[in-house]
Amino acid sequence: MRRMWSPALIVGLVLLGVVLVAAAVPGLLAPYDPLAFDFAHLTAPPSGLHPFGTDQFGRDILSRTIHAARVDLQIAVFCMIFPLLIGGSIGLLVGWQGGWIDALFGRLVDLVVTFPFLVLVIFFVAVLGPGLVNVYIAVACVGWVPYAKLMRAEVMVQKQADYVAAGRVLGYAMPRILLRHILPNACRPVLVYAVTDMALAILLGSSLGYLGLGAQPPIAEWGVLIADGKNFFTTAPWIALFPGVAIVLAGIGFSLTGDGLADLLRVKR
Amino acid sequence: MSALLAVADLAVTFRTRHGAVHAVDGVSFEVGRGEILGLVGESGSGKSVSLRAITRLLPDFATVSGSVRWAGEDVLAMSSERLRQLRGGQIGMVFQEPMSALNPVLPIGLQITESLVAHSTLDARGRQARALELLDLVGIAAGRARLEQFPHEFSGGMRQRAMIAIALAANPALLLADEPTTALDVTIQDQILRLLRGLVAATGMGMILVTHDLGVIAETCDRVAVMYAGRLCETGPVDGVFAQPRHAYTSALLRAMPGAGPRDRKLLTIPGMAPKLDVPAPGCAFAPRCDLVRPQCADLRPPLRPVGPDQFSACHAAESVVA
Repeated sequence: MRRMWSPALIVGLVLLGVVLVAAAVPGLLAPYDPLAFDFAHLTAPPSGLHPFGTDQFGRDILSRTIHAARVDLQIAVFCMIFPLLIGGSIGLLVGWQGGWIDALFGRLVDLVVTFPFLVLVIFFVAVLGPGLVNVYIAVACVGWVPYAKLMRAEVMVQKQADYVAAGRVLGYAMPRILLRHILPNACRPVLVYAVTDMALAILLGSSLGYLGLGAQPPIAEWGVLIADGKNFFTTAPWIALFPGVAIVLAGIGFSLTGDGLADLLRVKR
Repeated sequence: MSALLAVADLAVTFRTRHGAVHAVDGVSFEVGRGEILGLVGESGSGKSVSLRAITRLLPDFATVSGSVRWAGEDVLAMSSERLRQLRGGQIGMVFQEPMSALNPVLPIGLQITESLVAHSTLDARGRQARALELLDLVGIAAGRARLEQFPHEFSGGMRQRAMIAIALAANPALLLADEPTTALDVTIQDQILRLLRGLVAATGMGMILVTHDLGVIAETCDRVAVMYAGRLCETGPVDGVFAQPRHAYTSALLRAMPGAGPRDRKLLTIPGMAPKLDVPAPGCAFAPRCDLVRPQCADLRPPLRPVGPDQFSACHAAESVVA
């Protein structure tokens, strides 16, 4: 039976597609250079010339929002991939080994989850200094936990399965059973979570950008754009509004895609 | 004939939160080349646990004692490296549930060639060819297209055939089949049993077939070992044991089997329940349910003794058992 692509998945993929295209070829889509000043149109409202309006330096908001897609997508990917790799590997080993390693893992997880996620990330960034690279390091230090927990739980279920016993009785070595047989069965929920997590990563990147801890001005990044716009919110709301809409749409795109993939990837029996 | 696999005085104890469970208690049997040994008994009699003990598949909280010898070599003391060669290379295993014993996310072909990667020196092309040959051997037609398919695209019988193909990939000398037909419907059961019997005849490998179905034993096996409450009751050639059982339990089992006798006869049942395995019975485990019970049965554990041509029974009343 062919599985239906749910409307949610299609909408999600379309939204992500828009972000991807913007990130891939911002120069083709954006009408202006994102850093170019236009002193004739300072804080101009949306018009035919500047569809999303301009900021206090006359920079085109549409162009800046489009160019920011690349930065935010990069944030989404890196804030997902390092925790995924670190947490996934830890969960795989811990779930397979069990015993005292598992107990130790449990305490370590307790230690990390005691602190609210954002607080811990901000703590790391504060220690390391602001900037995107340090954001990635901080997120990797904190964000591996849910991946490790998911992977551990899945591996613990899968290692009881008969096909693992069959693999052992066929004389396969442990790494082969773990990587080639258990991993493909155990990684689904983790991958689905990863896609959903990218939505949170964009929000996180924007939050940190807004707080001045993430991407640094004059780089166009959605959070930074909103931070720029907040001082003019009563007089020129469009400066913050459009990047905000972009964040929301990208977030919804990742979430819907994650949900849709969860349905699509359920193991067939 | 020297046995391929000789199991002597095998005992398995599970340590659980509620105390020890003596799942297998002093079981001995042998299998030779080209021979099919049936291991029969009701649920919980220790058949499957015995098989898993042989391949050292039991979890850590199980204590295994006794000896398992593969062509004279002690399996229980084997290094993990040697054990890996033995498993799959010389001993293949077929499980009860073909669906759960096949990896749901890997194509069948890959699961067959995987075994060849571990146990042969064939290159990718050779492995592919061998996989096709194996599918052909187990009666799966249009093998090339089948290799690309996933387990969920196979029917139950086909899955079990694929499982057998995987187990046979490295030409094992012994096949362990743990209730290979229990999950299948009756017509498919028959096909699979025929297939297994044909494979044994063609390759000369030995086989241990675990089942709770005496009909399967009668149809498929050369020799039978009857287990009850983790102990061996009786063992011998299938014909001999079925014609003249020498253990009260075997006899009761045979009488409880549908088939022979007048049509409207009510099937006999064995009164009582299978014993709990946490406290081993000092005498015969079957004594509380036995209609031939004698005074010594409660206290004195009957030893396995010869009772006929190649037939052994652990029953104090062996000579009084009626066919």
